[in-house]
Amino acid sequence: MLKSLKSNDDLVAMKEACEEKFKSDKVRVYVCMTGCRALGAEEVYGEFQKQVKTQGLEDKVEVVETGCQGLCAKAPVMTIDPPGIFYGRVSVDSVPEIISSTILKGEVINKLCYAESGKKIPYMKDIPFYNRQQKVVLRNCGVIDPKNVEHYIARKGYEGLARALFHLPPEGIIKEIENSGLRGRGGGGFPTGTKWGFVRKAKSDIKYIVCNADEGDPGAFMDRAILEGDPHAVVEGMITAAFAIGANKGFVYVRAEYPIAVDHLEFAIHQARQLNLLGDNILGSGFNFDLEIKKGAGAFVCGEETALIASIEGKRGMPRPRPPFPAISGLWQKPTNINNVETFANVPLIMQHGSEWYKQFGTKNGSGTKIFALAGNVKNTGLVEVPMGTTLREIVFDIGGGIPGRRQFKAAQMGGPSGGCVPAEHLDLPIDYESVKEVGAIMGSGGLIVMDEKTSMVEIARYFMEFVQEESCGKCGPCRIGTKRMLEVLTRLVAGNGCREDIEDLTKMAHVTKNASLCGLGQTAPNPVLSTIRFFLKEFEELIP
Amino acid sequence: MEGKESNKQVIDMSCVRDIVSKFADRDDPNLISVLQQAQDEYGYLPKSVLKEISSVMDIPLTRIFGVVTFYSQFTLTPRGRHSIKVCSGTACHVKGAEGVKQKLRDELQINEGETTPDYQFTLETVACIGTCFLAPVMMVDERYYGKLTADKTSDIVGTYSNKKLGSE
Ligand SMILES: Cc1cc2nc3c(=O)[nH]c(=O)nc-3n(C[C@H](O)[C@H](O)[C@H](O)COP(=O)(O)O)c2cc1C
Ligand code: SF4
Ligand code: FES
Ligand code: FES
Repeated sequence: MLKSLKSNDDLVAMKEACEEKFKSDKVRVYVCMTGCRALGAEEVYGEFQKQVKTQGLEDKVEVVETGCQGLCAKAPVMTIDPPGIFYGRVSVDSVPEIISSTILKGEVINKLCYAESGKKIPYMKDIPFYNRQQKVVLRNCGVIDPKNVEHYIARKGYEGLARALFHLPPEGIIKEIENSGLRGRGGGGFPTGTKWGFVRKAKSDIKYIVCNADEGDPGAFMDRAILEGDPHAVVEGMITAAFAIGANKGFVYVRAEYPIAVDHLEFAIHQARQLNLLGDNILGSGFNFDLEIKKGAGAFVCGEETALIASIEGKRGMPRPRPPFPAISGLWQKPTNINNVETFANVPLIMQHGSEWYKQFGTKNGSGTKIFALAGNVKNTGLVEVPMGTTLREIVFDIGGGIPGRRQFKAAQMGGPSGGCVPAEHLDLPIDYESVKEVGAIMGSGGLIVMDEKTSMVEIARYFMEFVQEESCGKCGPCRIGTKRMLEVLTRLVAGNGCREDIEDLTKMAHVTKNASLCGLGQTAPNPVLSTIRFFLKEFEELIP
Repeated sequence: MEGKESNKQVIDMSCVRDIVSKFADRDDPNLISVLQQAQDEYGYLPKSVLKEISSVMDIPLTRIFGVVTFYSQFTLTPRGRHSIKVCSGTACHVKGAEGVKQKLRDELQINEGETTPDYQFTLETVACIGTCFLAPVMMVDERYYGKLTADKTSDIVGTYSNKKLGSE
């Protein structure tokens, strides 16, 4: 049972106690127990615990379960610190050897090491995948036990909140967030401080705060990783935002396909309540706030903010016209602030270190870092965090290790069904909100799917159209009918039954759907088609008999 | 089936009331949460249960139907003991999810959206389960499985079929 914290002094005392508690000369074995479960991480973790116990190594070795460590391609993954060795594809059978050789004798087991061009690289600090990244928002992910708030607090967790509560007026917090240049990570890139300011100014006795954890874009898993690996960062960000805008109640809308994320979030909320970081009179500040989890019921369109609101209210998740924006009239017609998981996870850092510190990362158009979910035909699929303005080439080749099987890079799909494909000629594009738009894709939430020369781009365009056509809520004609008709044309083209006029028709329909649809889903649904026509017209033409 | 259903109905309704009453003293009597818990309880949403929810919560049945049919999570027909959700998201698509889907169809002798006659498995597709780094992937109940091949897929399905024999 955790002791309730009555003041900032109590928090400081707890942090010191936690630091002391984790200061030890034990060897720590960090086992990823989230995404890696898909390849048997639980068994590996269990075996480590068992072996450490039966061999009587408890005062020498500590086994820690963590969130995603990034290099998910090598699942199940683990690190041993000291000396900072990374092992992948670990199996239950390799556990005894890891203990006897690596942990007890300091010897490296070659076959478990990460390799690049045939060379084994045992230490994390030498692996390009790690040393080319800048882990800022993900600083805790893969390093702490996400279910143990003491780990989070030992690493300065909730310090930013304390600064917000005791040293800044609500307007001061908003100013700080504005100055930091933080923009929404959910896809739109709207300045976060400005949004908070709107909700703060809206007059109402009741206001709400909502965290959008619907993460519907296929190919995206950043929000999942944050919630699973460092849930308190999101909780802390939400409490801070709530205090700044004057909300006393918050919701996290999580998709149902993320049971581990829901579980870890439940842990975090429960612990925060015990510590008096949620509930009445938080840390003795007089501020009251509580959080609740709402599980999604499976509808992509519910990631759109007005649909999400309808869904929390227990209705069909249909978007409605804006204005009024949720900042003025949101949940139950009250002013509501909605931000994405990653956006909230940035907040504690800005509060802790200030906006000037934060601005050292990134570009003029987008400060801070961005987390990308690297998937598809790339060697190191996984979770990547880099400063805004990093080029696609650095992400795909330097960090991602390039394309497997000696194939050629063809395109990177960015922004999911509302984004587009960036071809090889734009590999040196520094990625930020504006530059990506110029090449017809969008930054989106951070899903990055690499496609090699064998991928048919027309087929990918068809695939996305099928997705949006199924997910269209049907409320407005241009989207409901437009996506259906475009899908028919694309299906015909892929099957080799298309004609020349089809490409022109597609473009026309794409523009109508873009311009006449009610919500973001319809407005962006044609993007994958348009970007494919723009960069891969030849492939369309080749399909026409 | 018929007998079972009517037999169950007596117990059913008290469960529904319990679920609804959990939300009763709140300012948002959330229909979706009630439906999710009811479906957890029964495995699907029988019409009798929806009628009961309608009368206890005082929400028109048409509205409840509107909500149930909007979200892919809800089902009006009984499901299998295990739900298999195979990912058809972009990353899985690029990495050969179609082969996995075909294997599942062959193995279970059903199509997506269907349930095996013995009510052991329901097969569904889902557009990404956030495990794209190990594509192609699927989820059985709440467990993730990655880097699937046709052989691996049938092995996994096999372990669930065996469990059934073992536990009953
Ligand atoms: C069809 C559609 C789906 C969306 N899905 C998501 C999502 O899964 N997660 C998310 O954070 N934002 C999503 N958005 C954007 C949200 O509407 C909203 O802009 C965002 O949550 C605001 O947070 P931010 O300012 O922190 O980015 C979606 C928008 C549309 C139109
Ligand atoms: S654009 Fe599409 S998803 Fe959005 S409201 Fe219209 S029909 Fe629904
Ligand atoms: S999920 Fe285990 S390392 Fe990413
Ligand atoms: S695309 Fe299959 S898990 Fe994301």
